[in-house]
Amino acid sequence: MTAQEIYDVLKTTFGDAIVELKLDILQPWIRIEPDKTRDICLFLRDESVMQFDYLSCLSGVDYNNGTFGIVYHLASMVHKHKIVLKTFCTKDHSHVHSVSDVWGTANWHEREVFDLFGIIIDGHPDLRRILLPDDWEGNPLRKDYKVQEFYHGMKVPY
Amino acid sequence: MGLLDQRFENSNIFITSLDGLLNWARLSSLWQMQFGLACCAIEMMAASASNFDIMRFGVIPRATPRQVDVMFVAGTVTIKMASRIKRLYDQMSEPRYVISMGSCATCGGPYWEHGYHVLKGVDRVIPVDVYVPGCPPRPEALLEGIMKLQEKVRKESMVKKRA
Amino acid sequence: MELQQFLMLTEFGKAFIFLLIGAVFVALGLLGAWIFRPHRPYPEKNATYECGEEPVGSAWIRLNVRFYVTALVFLIFDVEVAVLFPWALIYRQFGLFGFLEMAVFLFILIVGYAYVWVKGDLNWDKPKPQIPTIHRTIVMSTRLENAPVHSEDI
Repeated sequence: MTAQEIYDVLKTTFGDAIVELKLDILQPWIRIEPDKTRDICLFLRDESVMQFDYLSCLSGVDYNNGTFGIVYHLASMVHKHKIVLKTFCTKDHSHVHSVSDVWGTANWHEREVFDLFGIIIDGHPDLRRILLPDDWEGNPLRKDYKVQEFYHGMKVPY
Repeated sequence: MGLLDQRFENSNIFITSLDGLLNWARLSSLWQMQFGLACCAIEMMAASASNFDIMRFGVIPRATPRQVDVMFVAGTVTIKMASRIKRLYDQMSEPRYVISMGSCATCGGPYWEHGYHVLKGVDRVIPVDVYVPGCPPRPEALLEGIMKLQEKVRKESMVKKRA
Repeated sequence: MELQQFLMLTEFGKAFIFLLIGAVFVALGLLGAWIFRPHRPYPEKNATYECGEEPVGSAWIRLNVRFYVTALVFLIFDVEVAVLFPWALIYRQFGLFGFLEMAVFLFILIVGYAYVWVKGDLNWDKPKPQIPTIHRTIVMSTRLENAPVHSEDI
């Protein structure tokens, strides 16, 4: 299925939660509302014409104007098509529902997003820092991050 | 309890020849605890392989800090790893030496500016004896580092207090 | 030998001198090491090694009882074999009686061995690993024909 067909099927099922489709680029993406993320992902995984059973990547973005986003790259082993989903949320109200019970790989990817961006993932079974130590201050991949001076007696910056 | 450890105030002929013997024995069999963390570990493996062969210097890899003389810190040291390195260095027994291999272990390497979780040089947590620069250093450079350490061990003395 | 007559050394004496020289050799090496080695202990150095982490919990772990049972059974039959060796050298002097006596001894031990075997004490019980299960739905009509189906899938 092409990206346009996937968008049409999603639009008929979910209506307003599917906001826009961006075509004419290398990886066409569909923008969705953050509240309905989990329902849309469950539909994409289970529906027989879609069957997106492989989450290639889940990553966070800081767009440097107060908005954060999460990007999902999905692929289907059965039908051999791919799609990209994007959700946006503001910096103050950054909550997204977890998709770790839809695809198992999302577990650690969402922990990485929480660790490096500070986006709270609701419904995650084990939300804690994964790459940085547990008592690290701050979220490094935010654009306004300042590294801390000392950590346990070691000087951090050069 | 060591009988002659740090007992003498000044040197005498007995001590200097004993020093020479002990230092020669120690530098000829510097057992290493390899600490291959990143890409420099591959060059350390290349140095251990047949083409460059650090075993002819007496350097045998051991897995535990209790049985080693020298620790090669080869690769990028993250801050999470730095506390483990400190603990392992503490668990080594005297006389112990550290060779910092590669630019990441020396000064943070290419991550000096933006690396938020990279320790800018392993000498921020443990005392280093020899720095081997390079990214990564060639195996011959590591061998030269070992030879420099051997020169340092050759000049050691039982009577001088170590830092 | 002259020395043997002078010291009245038996063969045992020669073995004892060998043992003595071995012990002195080891003791000299350890003494030399004690004289020259540095000794500077401090609490972090004496801590238990756990690959660089803080040691958690006790180093004494519970082992499976199969090790103890195997060692016990081995000990019993090892002693039996040790008794068999001198008997095997001289049993012909005692004729049929010697043979039958050992046969009775062996029979008692074989009955014990059969009991241990039947009771299952010789089984080497390994711990059973837990294989994780996952639950997910697959629409079977889209799968290839003859694709393997796992029992955990619906």
